[in-house]
Amino acid sequence: MARMTMIEALRDGLDVAMSRDENVVVYGEDVGYFGGVFRVTQGLQKKYGKQRCFDSPINESGIVGTAIGMAVYGLRPCVEIQFADYVYPAYDQIVSEAARIRYRSNGDFTVPLTIRMPSGGGIFGGQTHSQSPEAVFAHVCGLKTVMPSNPYDAKGLLIASIEDDDPVIFLEPKRLYNGPFDGHHERPVTPWKKHELGEVPEGHYSIPLGQAAVRREGADVTVLAYGTMVFVALAAAEETGIDAEVIDLRTILPLDLETIENSVKKTGRCVIVHEATRTCGFGAELMSVVQESCFYRLEAPIIRVTGWDTPYPHAHEWAYFPGPGRVGEALKKVMESA
Amino acid sequence: MSKAKPLSLYVPEPQCRPGETPDFSGFIVPKAGAVRRPDIDVAPAEIHDLAYSIIRVLNREGEAVGPWAEQLSDEEALEGLRNMMKVRAYDARLLMAQRQGKTSFYMQSLGEEAIACAFQKALKPGDMNFPTYRQQGLLITSGYPIVDMMNQVYSNARDPMAGRQLPVMYSSKKHGFFTISGNLATQFVQAVGWAMASAIKGDTKIAAGWIGDGATAESDFYAAMVFASTYHAPVVLNVVNNQWAISTFQGIARGDAPTFASRGLGFGMPSLRVDGNDYLAVYAVSKWAIDRARSGHGPTLIEHVTYRAGAHSTSDDPSAYRPKDEVTAWPLGDPVERLKAYLIKKGAWSEERHAQAKAQIESEMVQFQKEAEAIGTLHSGSGPSVREMFEDVYKETPIHLKRQRQEAGV
Ligand SMILES: Cc1ncc(C[n+]2csc(CCOP(=O)(O)OP(=O)(O)O)c2C)c(N)n1
Ligand SMILES: [Mg+2]
Repeated sequence: MARMTMIEALRDGLDVAMSRDENVVVYGEDVGYFGGVFRVTQGLQKKYGKQRCFDSPINESGIVGTAIGMAVYGLRPCVEIQFADYVYPAYDQIVSEAARIRYRSNGDFTVPLTIRMPSGGGIFGGQTHSQSPEAVFAHVCGLKTVMPSNPYDAKGLLIASIEDDDPVIFLEPKRLYNGPFDGHHERPVTPWKKHELGEVPEGHYSIPLGQAAVRREGADVTVLAYGTMVFVALAAAEETGIDAEVIDLRTILPLDLETIENSVKKTGRCVIVHEATRTCGFGAELMSVVQESCFYRLEAPIIRVTGWDTPYPHAHEWAYFPGPGRVGEALKKVMESA
Repeated sequence: MSKAKPLSLYVPEPQCRPGETPDFSGFIVPKAGAVRRPDIDVAPAEIHDLAYSIIRVLNREGEAVGPWAEQLSDEEALEGLRNMMKVRAYDARLLMAQRQGKTSFYMQSLGEEAIACAFQKALKPGDMNFPTYRQQGLLITSGYPIVDMMNQVYSNARDPMAGRQLPVMYSSKKHGFFTISGNLATQFVQAVGWAMASAIKGDTKIAAGWIGDGATAESDFYAAMVFASTYHAPVVLNVVNNQWAISTFQGIARGDAPTFASRGLGFGMPSLRVDGNDYLAVYAVSKWAIDRARSGHGPTLIEHVTYRAGAHSTSDDPSAYRPKDEVTAWPLGDPVERLKAYLIKKGAWSEERHAQAKAQIESEMVQFQKEAEAIGTLHSGSGPSVREMFEDVYKETPIHLKRQRQEAGV
């Protein structure tokens, strides 16, 4: 088994999907000849030809709109939005169209479409290269929303997304592209080559959408996280010595309710961590779900640790980023109360 | 009926890729002075030809020729030369600073300096630019303090944007420079709205929208044109066609169908194409469009034809997608060299004075940089207060944000 970066794993996932199904086409800004600004699609044009992997005009609404048309025809497009921060011009096509075409046509037309986009901060990208917009998609019925946290999952989830018959928003935490990042920005990055989750099987495999993974078993408190925050939560558990159970949601919607409920019922405590802004962030939904199903088993109020309700700043990236210090404080607090 | 052949998808390709010899033989460069100069109140339908040619003033001999020439005194042209040299020296310093780790990111405008520098010269105080990230020449020409530009790039304690924005995302209402967005094309249509407001209020101010060749593909480009032309908005809509949008050549935005300028014709707008590496031509065409807008004749679309001589940004390496020597094959030359040759030919300038001026500008830049770095760079020295992160989200900080600020301990 090869060890890969998340970029290589995603590329491998696209390669597998394209080789197995000639209906899979890949395009987006700088995606063809160059292979994407993060190089995820590098080599695919050469291997599969310009008809199946190509550069698009800079028009996100056009990228998604044409992909919907192709999907309706019977292709399985997997398009790239260069940064999640630039998806908003396509929002109407995603929300009013892709998400509802199955419903409004009573299944006559369907949209097997995957929209990949790098998300999240930690790279000094400022407000237009750092956003985590998962909640604005999770709020829309008819869409599935996925965010892998490691190369193994990235490949398996991407293949599952492409093979899925409904539209999938596929968010790639760009800070994890080259290695797991636990928020200790002052330390050197561990490359994926040195991490077991960098191990990526050859060929086809898929990870079903809607299944969370328990990254660390624990008895005292459940931490719900996804993307970069999985590693931040793991670091916080180590550093505080609190026996936290860290759940990596992997798929944001459909949500793995059972894994969440079983864990919180076991631990009686819950901390929710995401990088996106707090108000109406996905943490609000998670909190509701836990409250609705686990209220009588809770021994302490649920706590959210999130990005602040401000645009992502440039200079104060690390004051904004919910790092292991803040998550650790939340763990301590939730253990102290009640 | 005969059976139809299977269709296939057409995907355009640039003339050449790395390893191939750059070839601009298909790129037609009209002679300097060849394009006519209509009156500013001309009916748009009468000047369709101007969208397909290239208005040029400086010829190969370094002379200013034709009906668009003789708009600027030698002194003014010299000032233009100095401004372009400042932009170039500024870019070089900050590119280096980024490489040295003093900031996170930088974008230069190498090879395109004439466009912003000459355009700004044709504006009046009170007018407003809605720029992209590659128009630092507007700010420098308007006299914005270079130290403050550096403070912004360093996100230090004197950063006028309080450390909130990515480097080069400047803003200055006073200097007619609207806050830069990272999201392409959004500003183009906002410029039109600003211009409409000037008309609604009965003012005489005009707006200028800016967009790159690649970003003309965005829907906002068309939104800008339909609003501008419908309401005869006093706005100049500038397309900077530097041939590349990161790794994507202008053909993917249909720049060769047949020109970006020709997009304006469908909206009944005067649409002019100008040699963007010719300071005198850019000035003359900009002045024409600005005067037209100010005197109530409505919007103009200008395509500035140029070449992005450097990388897209410090995150980009163009050798992966275009030949390294493409810039030397580029037929419109270098804007600084061309204006310099013109001034020397006129006897208003010399190689020695040029070398002196260059050295002087560069040492000024070093001084400014020392001043800025004495305050701080992105990762050292004094930065903006963390409290700034919570300010200006709203006019008054709402209670939930105040609580978050407390939680953050600032
Ligand atoms: C809405 C949006 N989509 C994509 C991007 C990413 N992006 C930044 S610059 C750029 C290329 C723009 O090229 P062009 O408009 O030609 O301007 P130039 O950089 O050449 O000045 C792209 C795709 C963005 N900033 N905003
Ligand atoms: Mg360009």
